[in-house]
Amino acid sequence: MADITDAPRDGFRLSQLLYDARYRSMTIQVIAAILLMLMLVELVDNAVTNLAALGKDIRFSFLWSTSGYDINQRLIPYTSQDTHARAALVGILNTLLVAFLGCILATVIGVLAGVMRLSKNWLVARIMTFYVEAMRNTPLLIWILIVFAVMTEATPQPREFREGGGASMILWDSVAISNRGVFIPKPVWAEGSGLVVAVFLLSIAGIFVLRRFARKQQEQTGKQLPVFWISLGLFFVPALLTFFVMGRPISLEMPELGGFNFTGGVQIRNSFIALWLALALYTSAFIAEIVRSGILAVSKGQTEAAFALGIQPNRTMQLIILPQALRVIVPPLISQYLNLTKNSSLAIAVGYMDVRSTLGGITINQTGRELEGMLLLGIFYLITSLIISAFMNLYNSSVKLKER
Amino acid sequence: MKKSVFFGALAIAGLTAGVATAQSTLEQVQERGTLQCGSNEGLAGFAAPDANGNWEGFDVALCRAIATAVLGDPQAVEFVPLTSQTRFTALAAGEVDVLVRNSTWTFSRDTDLGLDFKGVNYYDGQAFMVRSDLGVSSALELDGATVCIQTGTTTELNLADFFRVNNMSYEPVPVATNAEGQQQYLAGACDVYTTDMSALAATRATFENVDEHVILPEIVSKEPLGPVVRHGDNEWGDIVGWTLMGLVAAEEFGVTSANVRELAEAPTDNPQLNRMLGTSGDFGPMIGLSNDWLVNVIAAVGNYGEIFEENIGENTPVGLARGLNALWTEGGLQYAMPFN
Repeated sequence: MADITDAPRDGFRLSQLLYDARYRSMTIQVIAAILLMLMLVELVDNAVTNLAALGKDIRFSFLWSTSGYDINQRLIPYTSQDTHARAALVGILNTLLVAFLGCILATVIGVLAGVMRLSKNWLVARIMTFYVEAMRNTPLLIWILIVFAVMTEATPQPREFREGGGASMILWDSVAISNRGVFIPKPVWAEGSGLVVAVFLLSIAGIFVLRRFARKQQEQTGKQLPVFWISLGLFFVPALLTFFVMGRPISLEMPELGGFNFTGGVQIRNSFIALWLALALYTSAFIAEIVRSGILAVSKGQTEAAFALGIQPNRTMQLIILPQALRVIVPPLISQYLNLTKNSSLAIAVGYMDVRSTLGGITINQTGRELEGMLLLGIFYLITSLIISAFMNLYNSSVKLKER
Repeated sequence: MKKSVFFGALAIAGLTAGVATAQSTLEQVQERGTLQCGSNEGLAGFAAPDANGNWEGFDVALCRAIATAVLGDPQAVEFVPLTSQTRFTALAAGEVDVLVRNSTWTFSRDTDLGLDFKGVNYYDGQAFMVRSDLGVSSALELDGATVCIQTGTTTELNLADFFRVNNMSYEPVPVATNAEGQQQYLAGACDVYTTDMSALAATRATFENVDEHVILPEIVSKEPLGPVVRHGDNEWGDIVGWTLMGLVAAEEFGVTSANVRELAEAPTDNPQLNRMLGTSGDFGPMIGLSNDWLVNVIAAVGNYGEIFEENIGENTPVGLARGLNALWTEGGLQYAMPFN
């Protein structure tokens, strides 16, 4: 026995690294890793040396100097006397705004288009096929420019809204669609409006509680409550009551023509509308295909079984098909949200002041710090994308097939 | 085997890259046989291709002058249209040899960007253009106006300062190019278009109804526009700078494209002129060029005054007066250093 265990005891020889199959793959990986590192070091070193040869260094202190330029769309207070860092923040918020609203609209249109493309109605299905193919087979930039061109060329100038100008405001003189953007009324919050908002938020919370209670009751007793009507009542009545009791604290400031342009109200700029609509329409075509594939992935037997149980078609879709389809839909949907967010950097084409236009555009131009600015931009998009996918992955794990 | 080929290729690539950067700009231009000139994407009178695709204009002429000085051929120029956003990066990266694109000489560009401005070929200032039927006669009446502005320019900062100092509000509409700004302004998406006075005049000249637009009298900034080169290659910078000086000096001494050959035949009684035209001394070789470099330049493109009158002067659609750009002897700022 002792002989057998002792026999192959050979010392480790260096040649084994190359000729012994147990070690060879590790050798190759180590060498590859070293080469990769050397290449990265060379790249960074190359960049630093060449910048030094041009008389440039890498510094980020420019972020704290005065920016000196103005930004039209600001979600936070900002003037030209603030720093480049704050200008970048204004841009970041604008990016997030258009990405967030874009994702919502793209999902709504995408789901509708995807479901309608599967419709048994020949015309509806063909129209949706046409829509999807037209949208996803043309570059996004073209759609952005088309929407922008329509918004600036086909809408009246603000001065045409004057007496006898030929253009007029819509919705009881509260909304003006002009070639500088859409002007809508702005809510003015007077004293006591906080209470109205609080009551409104409470009643929304109440609706959620009600729905949970109704579901529990249905599971236990089989009785169905008229959830929709109660929710509708809860949504409007308490908030409206407080509104009138408090003496109408919230009023609307209407946009009015004054001087060069409309004053008062909220201006939704054409650049924003163009970017938002184009991003949403373009991405919705991809989402429609994802939704369609998700629905088709649910076996036909599920539908037939539901019909055999006498469940109505729309309830079948809602309760049986969509929950199963979501498993297939959500992972590729995440990529589409990421795409939309990153595509928002095309904003510069229509002068929308996103982070690419502020930090990556004007700031870089005024300070000459291209490398630093682009690095920061890259890091911003990376972090944003990682956060979005983290949230979507959380959602995905809640809808995916639970395996026990 | 494959790996060694790969590394060999890498090493060679590294070596050639090293060699390429060691070559001076002058040598690169001479070896290539053409000058790569960063120019405007299209600004009537300054730099724009004509109907046959030939670039022409005030800035273009300076590019051609440099090409003639270095290569002896005014046509040996490759024009690289650059936007206001990409111009300095393109120059720093070596995509162009010289940038002649209505670029304002500022402290930070001259120092921090690693660039060198080699003179001023046009003394400009920022102005505002509005529709005449707005009834505005001064820039101080523009409170609340929507202003189209080219992004990435000095005008962006001047605009912010002008409105802030005068306690007025405005809505900036950023545009990427002059063409886009023109389209937005004509569509009425902005009330005001602001940029350098010269560029406004050039843009206005291309409008269908020129009289419907006025340029307001206020000039809100100093915009000295000039040719730019990379910092560090001083020999190349000298050539660019002294070509421009030569053009101005030629106007001062009455040298034109018509009489330059004649004047260069024999020395005149003006010693500076003789040194300029190479009939005495050897000033050309001092900057690495032939002794008759300026003769060729002036014969090809004319002197500063000729270039001005031909492209943007009062008899052209752009219709700019000499103003600050008259010679110093005529009350302007154009002043060439002595050829001594």
